[in-house]
Amino acid sequence: MSRKSEPEIKPLVNESAMEIKPVYTPADVEASGGSDDIGNPGEFPFTRGIHKHMYRQRPWTMRQYAGFGQPEETNRRFRYLIENGQTGLNVAFDLPTQNGLDSDDPASQGEVGRVGMAVDTLEDVETAFDGIDLEKITVSLTINGAAAILIAMYFAVAQKRGYDIRKLRGTAQNDILKEFIGRGTWIFPVESSIKLVGDTVLYCAEHAPLYSPVSVCGYHIRESGATPVQEMAYAFCIARAYIDHLLERGLKIDDFASRLSFNFDLYGNLFEQVAKFRAGRRSWAKIIKHEYEAQDPRSMWMRMIAGGGGAGLTIEQPENNIVRGAYYALISALSGTQTMALCCYDEAYTIPSEKAARVSLRTMQILVEEMGLCDTVDPLAGSYYVETLTNQMEEEISAEMKRVDEQGGIVRGIAEGHIQNEVSKQAYEREKKLERGEIRKVGKNCYRVEEEQPQVEFHSFSESAYADRIRRLECIRNERNSDDVKRTLRKVRDDASAGRNVMPGIIDAVKAYATVGELTACLVEVYGRYEEPLRF
Amino acid sequence: MSGLEKRIRVLLAKPGLDGHDVGAKVVARSLIDAGFDVVYTGLKKTPEEIVQSVAEEKADVLGLSILSGSHIPICVRVSDRLRERGLSDLLWIVGGNIPERDHARVKETGVDAIFAVGTQLQTITDFIRENSR
Repeated sequence: MSRKSEPEIKPLVNESAMEIKPVYTPADVEASGGSDDIGNPGEFPFTRGIHKHMYRQRPWTMRQYAGFGQPEETNRRFRYLIENGQTGLNVAFDLPTQNGLDSDDPASQGEVGRVGMAVDTLEDVETAFDGIDLEKITVSLTINGAAAILIAMYFAVAQKRGYDIRKLRGTAQNDILKEFIGRGTWIFPVESSIKLVGDTVLYCAEHAPLYSPVSVCGYHIRESGATPVQEMAYAFCIARAYIDHLLERGLKIDDFASRLSFNFDLYGNLFEQVAKFRAGRRSWAKIIKHEYEAQDPRSMWMRMIAGGGGAGLTIEQPENNIVRGAYYALISALSGTQTMALCCYDEAYTIPSEKAARVSLRTMQILVEEMGLCDTVDPLAGSYYVETLTNQMEEEISAEMKRVDEQGGIVRGIAEGHIQNEVSKQAYEREKKLERGEIRKVGKNCYRVEEEQPQVEFHSFSESAYADRIRRLECIRNERNSDDVKRTLRKVRDDASAGRNVMPGIIDAVKAYATVGELTACLVEVYGRYEEPLRF
Repeated sequence: MSGLEKRIRVLLAKPGLDGHDVGAKVVARSLIDAGFDVVYTGLKKTPEEIVQSVAEEKADVLGLSILSGSHIPICVRVSDRLRERGLSDLLWIVGGNIPERDHARVKETGVDAIFAVGTQLQTITDFIRENSR
């Protein structure tokens, strides 16, 4: 034996607890499950992408999250983003709207128009989309607890402007189960919340078949502390819970599965992330084909927005977030996403400035126009490393889903708080590792600089606009036909009590200018309010 | 010193409508590991409910986690309620997304310390241990 020993290579595991070897070979691909499931883009099991030609045919949709203050201000930001080449809109609502409260509710005090656009009545949604072609620009509504009401408002505005909602595209986030795990804009108890999601899907299946009424979010679960494997596994368990509910209500899997979409996070190790998305696409296709016996290949597509990356950004040296954003966009493009959005470099401090929003948009455009990311489909396919990780990731996602099922399923896990507990335990472990420097974060726990007055411009918040808003809401309440409002609200309450679909009633009520708060109160009368299981 | 020294009791609360509670839960876990008694109110509590909990739980320390940008109006209201109930002496800390330009105004309401995003967990436990009265 030679006395000159090999340099020692330290063992390494990724965030999903998989051991990473210094070199991968075809033997690793074979040992992890082989190459049979790689397949072709546009064909089951869709490892390489849901479309045959992916970005060669059309680049991903660019859809920065935006919305703040009064609907007029949001409308201006929307037009700015569209003028700069953005191809979709993603609407941020303020917390009162997300929690089903009117701007003049005492609980809304100090929060109106703060983290998103304020909506009380249909007029606000009309203003926000004024002058925007809803057939050219697809709109995503980031709304959950109050989703049924905001979807109704969006449809009502489209109809008033002469669009046929049968041809209307767009997405609502409307994934209430993840709100109980992270993000927290729940209103009603768990079971009634699922029923409401079911109402929106049923309504769309019949009246707006091109609209995507639910975007199941691993994103916020990951942001709350979950590993990449849990992010996928919990999202799939949640999507199955909605599917099971809809099948019970008489839909067939191929009636609606193609309209479900997903929302996932980007931050972390580049190769682990790409493998996560490729494995996720394959897992989801198999679940829909084998467990639910779908026939339509489109039902098996894991359509997604892969974006954000907020938890990967740092408040220290915020300019570094521009660089992180560029790598996250690269991950998203290499993963075959349908839609991309990036957190802005100033977002850890404030509502993004116009400049920061444009830098994020330009980041995506540079990938499309300069870097060749759209030239050929799934360019990492066939890499020994990526294919091995993809195989391993698929196995781990499936094992994690099985664990959730064995513990009583995702709905029970959420209602009792076990899932939340698991996620926050991991957030704590991650924080400790960050503090000990075991997870490296540039500018935070290594390469620090001490001066650090952040060079970001703060979003200003107007108190006088708030006063105008309260006056306008009062005017609408006085001007509208109060008999119509009472009659339509009564119908919503009756439909909810009788277990009927509340969507047609809500659409009539928003057209009569019933407010978000009034409609929510009606539903609370019937469903009650969610009580948090207090675990941490 | 007696081995039966009273444990410091901390009430952590999420005021306002913001639902992001990872930070609050991480701080709760670290305070428990550091030997404190911790009560967490859960999300979306009004200043009235929070101060009611402070009284009921006989908390030595109140910690608010606020990420929505509405820290000033919230702290003003909590401060008023604390004063009404004669609880202004309590050690009061606030964590979250509080820009430096607002620190002075938040402290004017009676907040003893602000732990902005990025604070080390140890800094919070040390502060409570040294300052709880």
